[in-house]
Amino acid sequence: MKDFSDEELERYSRHILLADVGIEGQDKICAAKVLVIGAGGLGSPIAYYLAAAGVGTIGIVDGDVVDLSNLQRQIIHTNAEIGTPKVESAKRKMLAINPGVTVNTYKTMLEAANILDIIEPYDFIIDGTDNFAAKFLINDACVLANKAYSHGGILRFAGQTMSIRPRESACYACVFDSPPPAGIVPTCSSAGILGAVAGMLGTIQAAEALKFITGVGEPLYDTLLSFDAKKMDFRKTRLRKNPRCRVCSGAGITKLEDYEQPVCDLKRPE
Amino acid sequence: MNLVINGDQKSFTEEKISITDLLKIEKVEYQDMVSVQLNEEFLRSPDYPGTFLKEGDIVNFLYFMGGGQ
Repeated sequence: MKDFSDEELERYSRHILLADVGIEGQDKICAAKVLVIGAGGLGSPIAYYLAAAGVGTIGIVDGDVVDLSNLQRQIIHTNAEIGTPKVESAKRKMLAINPGVTVNTYKTMLEAANILDIIEPYDFIIDGTDNFAAKFLINDACVLANKAYSHGGILRFAGQTMSIRPRESACYACVFDSPPPAGIVPTCSSAGILGAVAGMLGTIQAAEALKFITGVGEPLYDTLLSFDAKKMDFRKTRLRKNPRCRVCSGAGITKLEDYEQPVCDLKRPE
Repeated sequence: MNLVINGDQKSFTEEKISITDLLKIEKVEYQDMVSVQLNEEFLRSPDYPGTFLKEGDIVNFLYFMGGGQ
């Protein structure tokens, strides 16, 4: 086990006090490597909480720079950082809250050609992306590389998430098969998102990562958690691995391909 | 006929309801936006018109959510 300093014992004392976590659980957290894909509405609270929790190595992937329209929900960035790469802005805040973690930044967009190399060193992957091409690619890569991961999606006042243990629990493609036709499904940039909803879902995903690392509780395997913040309705839908899933059933996929979909495209009449 | 749709008990007067009918009745505007689960099994959209519901079936419409940034 890691030799915790007095400063670390105090920093993590509220975790260590949890009977289910304890010093052993905090040791696992400090040794864990988690990759956060997207430093936006979901990625902001995820990155903050993972850093605060002491996750030893946190990777963060995003090819964008901070934009004024991000700041209504992407709370890891600030006004002064408009125009700064999001991964740099996020890393600064993560190290400010906890200088004891290592943050690896990837200022790039994920594609079939680079995703396997990027996810390889990590124990758990978190999808905080804003488009279906990326969400399906992450699913395919995690199934192919056998990496546990958390899927997350938000829209307007709603959110949904599931955790995936490839080939053991239902994957994203078991549920949704393949990306919907471009232009039909609304996304945040076109349909809007209540900022706090991103925070709600992102913190659930961060909690799922910490559960996975520590082995505490039951991750959202074979379960789609959906909520509607308008009525604060939360619902769990029981899932089963789809025997016809084109990604994780039988031989499944053997190589990655990029999905074609313009980011945040929408021609849907309101 | 009584069905459970997204967790809610609902009664229908129609005697024969296909998944396609149900999508219309439930005013699901864009079929490409939902994944349909019948008694925990996922259906493929070409099977919607020929899949008929029976008393007590549990149907879930799971919506695509693509946002995150």
